[in-house]
Amino acid sequence: METTEKYHFDVVRWFSVAAVIYLVFGTLVGVLIASQLAWPVLNFDIPYLTFGRLRPLHTNAVIFAFGGCALMATAFYSVQRTCGVKLWSNKLAWFTFWGWNLIIVSAVVTLPLGLTSGKEYAELEWPIDIAIAVVWISYTVNFVMTIANRKSSHIYVSNWFFLGMMIMITYLHVVNSLAIPVGMFKSYSIFSGVQDAMIQWWWGHNAVGFYLTAGFLGIMYYFVPKQANRPMFSYRLSVIHFWALTFGYVWLGAHHLQYTALPDWTGSLGAAISIAMIIPSWGGAINGLMTLSGAWDKLRTDYVLRFLIASLAFYAMSTFEGPIMSIKTVNALSHYTDWTIGHVHSAALGWVGMVAAGALYHMVMKLWNTEMYSTKLINVHFWLATVGTVIYIIALWISGIMQGLMWRDYDAFGTLTYTFAESVAAMHPYYVMRVVGGFLYMLGGVVMLYNVVMTIRQASTYPSTSAEPARA
Amino acid sequence: MADKIYSTKLQDKMERNVWALILMSAFVLSIGGIVEIVPLFYLKSTMEHNERPEIMWDRKEGQSLDDWKAGDGIRPYRALELAGRDIYIREGCYLCHSQMIRPFRDEKERYGHYSLASESIYDHPFQWGSKRTGPDLARVGGKYSDEWHVRHMIAPRSVVPESVMPNYPWLVTAMVDGDTITGNMKGLKTIGVPYTDADIAAATAAVNGKSEMDAIVAYMQVLGTMAKLDYGVSYRD
Repeated sequence: METTEKYHFDVVRWFSVAAVIYLVFGTLVGVLIASQLAWPVLNFDIPYLTFGRLRPLHTNAVIFAFGGCALMATAFYSVQRTCGVKLWSNKLAWFTFWGWNLIIVSAVVTLPLGLTSGKEYAELEWPIDIAIAVVWISYTVNFVMTIANRKSSHIYVSNWFFLGMMIMITYLHVVNSLAIPVGMFKSYSIFSGVQDAMIQWWWGHNAVGFYLTAGFLGIMYYFVPKQANRPMFSYRLSVIHFWALTFGYVWLGAHHLQYTALPDWTGSLGAAISIAMIIPSWGGAINGLMTLSGAWDKLRTDYVLRFLIASLAFYAMSTFEGPIMSIKTVNALSHYTDWTIGHVHSAALGWVGMVAAGALYHMVMKLWNTEMYSTKLINVHFWLATVGTVIYIIALWISGIMQGLMWRDYDAFGTLTYTFAESVAAMHPYYVMRVVGGFLYMLGGVVMLYNVVMTIRQASTYPSTSAEPARA
Repeated sequence: MADKIYSTKLQDKMERNVWALILMSAFVLSIGGIVEIVPLFYLKSTMEHNERPEIMWDRKEGQSLDDWKAGDGIRPYRALELAGRDIYIREGCYLCHSQMIRPFRDEKERYGHYSLASESIYDHPFQWGSKRTGPDLARVGGKYSDEWHVRHMIAPRSVVPESVMPNYPWLVTAMVDGDTITGNMKGLKTIGVPYTDADIAAATAAVNGKSEMDAIVAYMQVLGTMAKLDYGVSYRD
């Protein structure tokens, strides 16, 4: 049965709804583990619910479940709109959808069981890693072939960013996951020690740099001009932004290993390029923000645009904070502390979460050809998300810097002032504050899910072919 | 439009041809990783034992892992220690504990000599960590008694009231499986960890009747005790 629509949008609808559901799920796990750090009794003495096993579930759920579904929804949506053609293969797109969701389900089962390869943000064991590679390539092939079939003469800028992400994530995932299986769900990285560390952080920082930045910049470059109904501020800035990011971001991983047993040249090189990255990152942020030039009044009435523009402000802030933290003297203080976690969340909650929410609201209205059930609730979500993010990052700025200072503090006799345990106790109020911030952010996700569900229910023009996924 | 600019020929070509765009991106994306990662595999200065071979255990023909004494030098983990390390990974300990001491005065006083790259040469995967919600463990070996570790694992707040670590009471009753650990050692051998056939054959007996608690404590107690490091020597520039 061929869908009667101009584009293959059913799969985009499913990805969009899945993304909103995973936003709630991922942040819920986040709130739980944040609470465990404030009140360890919440580990319940149950192996499957301990912090050490749920923390990978939280990161995988927000990055790969929420982030992944948002990226797949937006890429499949915008590539069709910008190329003026249907997806190359609708069947393959559904394979991507079910494959990706199956991977998420397997993560939800295996991670609490303690089945992990022990590499941060790449914890899933080897059979799932193989599945990820296959599904990721199906996503990439479909995207590339759709561009190859396009009706427009030039490839639009959002598609460059999506493409860059797809290529880089393929590199990273394949290399970082190389391991020798010793059981159905147990393997050892083929790399060890210092080389393993460098490869892990090459992966770790570029999961941030490409998955959560380049991919979401693809979203920004399509949805900001669309929602603002204005052309992108500067084509030239887009070109610079893209190539500088593509070349530069790859180097940054080494700044995670300053003063460790990684050779000094590698860490310093990583830090030097990190500082230089302020330029393209701010170029991109300005490019997005200035798109509103002459139409700033829209922010007063358009809550979806508010999400998109606030996300760019957080993007600019995080891409300034990151290079600062990569400077060796700052890193000496910030490394190993909550400051790093705060930095990640200012980008993840403020930039990734908000730009995705803006794009998802935009798409839900277009895909179901209707207005949102409640415009007011979009604004409620916006403020919950913004206030939640700000509380979260302020809490961890204080706790992180305090930790760093307490660890290196000396008294008048030249001995360490504080025991480690005293620094742990000092964190308690800020860990509680973080729970509050995270909870507000999660509540925003719940409001969004409710709003999206009600919008879909009331959408009268919902195409009849979508009741069952078209399998062509 | 104010910004209607025609780009360079090369950029224009890539915007018209998706294959050219893919090739150019794939090339540009690969540079940073290659420059930073590949030299780490061949530059001798990466691993300290190339300059100072005495930090590695010089194992004589016929010696078993049990013949090693603390300070003899860096060696592969014994069967029970490896089982403990697997538990450490399974429970996600690395998410709150680092194993990488930086060359600062306060870290030296708190944790000990800064960590060397050679010390994690047999660590597949590395366990340097990225966060210290709890203290660094790179040199925790020998600092506390086995009994302290057992009490601490079962109920951390009974020995450290400020701790936020989960309780791990189930480690006492869960047993280490000899076949699994034998298979794990064989796997590590294929990727370069120098286990002898005798080491692998002895693994089952070594973990026989041992609980997961015995294993994790054995792992804790060996951390940082392998090489005897001299404060008067500069191992790294």
